Amino acid sequence: MSEQQHINLPEGSIEKQTTTLNLGPTHPATHGVFQNIMELDGERVVSTVPTVGYIHRAFEKIAERRPYYQITPLTDRLNYCSSPINNIGWHLTVEKLLGIETPKRVDYLRVIIMELARIADHLICNSVIGVDSGAFTGFLYVMQYRELIYEIYEEVCGSRLTTNIGRIGGFERNFTPVAFQKIEKFLKEYPAVLKEFENLFNRNRIFMERTIGVGAITGERALNYGFTGPNLRATGVDYDVRISQPYSSYQDFDFSIPVGSTGDTYDRFLVRNGEMWQSLGIIRQAMDKLKTLPEDIFHADVPAYYLPDKEDVYNKMEALIYHFKIVMGETEILPGEVYHAVEGGNGELGYYLISDGGRAPYRLHFRRPCFIYYQAYPELVKGAMLSDAIICMSSLNLIAGELDA
Amino acid sequence: MSLTNEHIKSRLVEKFGDAITNMEEPYGMLSFTAPKDLNLKVLQFLYDEQDLQFRFMTDLTGVHFPDQQGAELGVVYHLHNMRENVRIRFKVFTAVATPQVFTATRLFEAANWMERETFDFYGIDFVGHPNLKRILNVDEMDYFPMRKEFPLEDQTRIDKDDEMFGRGEIAK
Repeated sequence: MSEQQHINLPEGSIEKQTTTLNLGPTHPATHGVFQNIMELDGERVVSTVPTVGYIHRAFEKIAERRPYYQITPLTDRLNYCSSPINNIGWHLTVEKLLGIETPKRVDYLRVIIMELARIADHLICNSVIGVDSGAFTGFLYVMQYRELIYEIYEEVCGSRLTTNIGRIGGFERNFTPVAFQKIEKFLKEYPAVLKEFENLFNRNRIFMERTIGVGAITGERALNYGFTGPNLRATGVDYDVRISQPYSSYQDFDFSIPVGSTGDTYDRFLVRNGEMWQSLGIIRQAMDKLKTLPEDIFHADVPAYYLPDKEDVYNKMEALIYHFKIVMGETEILPGEVYHAVEGGNGELGYYLISDGGRAPYRLHFRRPCFIYYQAYPELVKGAMLSDAIICMSSLNLIAGELDA
Repeated sequence: MSLTNEHIKSRLVEKFGDAITNMEEPYGMLSFTAPKDLNLKVLQFLYDEQDLQFRFMTDLTGVHFPDQQGAELGVVYHLHNMRENVRIRFKVFTAVATPQVFTATRLFEAANWMERETFDFYGIDFVGHPNLKRILNVDEMDYFPMRKEFPLEDQTRIDKDDEMFGRGEIAK
C-alpha cells in the first residue's frame, strides 16, 4: 500500500477536545428507537442533540382518511405501554364531540381498565430504572404482574398489547365474571409485590446514590418545557388531569396526587410508586361501586354510533341499518372542534379534533406528552455522567411510539 | 375558580380591540383568532397579566384550510392557566404564500419541538426559531405532507375511488 490513504475527517476534528458519541438509535440502554449525538468530555456530557422520528408512521395523516371507529387502533400504537388509556381517551373525545353521556357503570369499568394500564406503565418504567442502575431483580419480580394485567385485558377485549379496547359509547362486550375474578386476584396479590419492590429500591443506598440529584429540574422550568404527568409532579407541581378536568367520573373517587420536591430521577421513581398505590385504591373503590349498579349495562344507548349485537343485525331492520351505516362510515358526525385530555401513563395525553361533518376527522392532533418533555433532555443531562444520562432517560418514561406518532 | 371566559374576553377586547375575532366557546373552551403579527403580543399579554397568567403551553399545532383564501394555514395554540384551571385556544392564520409566523420559543421552551413539527408538516416558517429543521420526517423531503393537497392514497390507483370514502363528489 504505497499510495497515501486519504481519510476524510471533519474540519477541526483532530484539534477537538471532546469525543462525539452516537448513542442509539438501536442502543440496548435506550429502550426504544432514540438517538442522541453526545459530546463527551471524558465521561461528562457536554451537550447532546436528540434525533427523533425513526418510527414516525404519520398517524395524524392516516387519521384524516379513517372513520372514527377505525382510529382507535392507531391510538394503541402511541404509548403502547398503556394503550387502553389512549383508546379510552379517544372514545371520550368522540363522545365529547357527539355529546354522548355514558352510564356510570361504563365510566367505572373504564376507570378500572385505565388504572390497570397506569399500573402496567409505571411498573415497566420503574423496574427499568432499576435495570439501568444494575438491579435486574426488581424487573423480574414485577414482570409477571404485568402479565396478570395483560390477562385482564385479554379477558375483556381479546388482545394484550395493542388492545383496541372499548368502542365509542362503552365496551364491545360486558366484563365476564372471569375478568372480575382476575382483577380481584391482581388486587389481592399485587400490593405485597409492590411493597417488596419498594423495599428493594426505596432506601437502597446504591440506588439512591445513582438516582438522587440526577436529571433534576425545577418546577418552573418543567412547566415552561411543558412537562406533565409524573415527571411534572416529581418537581412538586400537583397537576393531574384526573383532578383538574375530571373525565369518566373520576370525581367520584377518593385519591391523592403524590408529588416530589426536587424533580430528579429518584423523585420521579417515588412519584410513580406512589401513583401505583393510588391506582390500586381507585380500582378497589370502583369494584365496590360496581356492586351497587345493574350488571348488564356496558355501553351507552347510542344506536347510531355503537355497533348492535350480531343477533339483532340478522333479525331486526333498524339494527341492520345502523350496522351498515356504522361500518360504512355513513353515520352523521357533527361538525365541531374539541380538545380533550386524559391523564396518560406519562402525562397529559390530548386529542385536538376538528370535524367538518365528514366521515373522517378534518384534523386530528395528538398531544403526545413525551414528545413535548423530551426536548428538555439536553438540559437535564448537561454536565452529568454518561451513565447518569442513561438512567435519566429511562426515568422520563419515553415511549418511542408516542414520541414519533 | 374566579377566572371566567367573560373576563378573559373583556380583557382581550380592552387590550386589542377589534383585532380579536371569531370568539367562540365550543365545548366550554374559549377560542379566538388574532392577526398573525400580533401573536406574540397576545401570548405575552396572556402570560404577563396578573389576572390571566396563561403560563403553560399545552399544545401547538397547525391546520390547513385550502378554501380560505389568504388564510390557508393556521397555527393553533392551547394555553392553560394552571392556577385557575382554565384552558383557552388561540389561533392565527396566514397565507400559504407567506407562511411566516413569529416563534413562541422565547416565551415557552415547549414550543421549540412543537413548532418544528408544525413546520415539518405544514411548512409554517416560524420567524426567529433557534433551530427550524424537520423533526419527524427526513431532511430531504421537499414537500409538507399534512397539507390537504397531498392525498393519503396513491392517486394512480383506480380500485380505490374517493367517492367511496366520503370525500368525493357524491359526499358533497
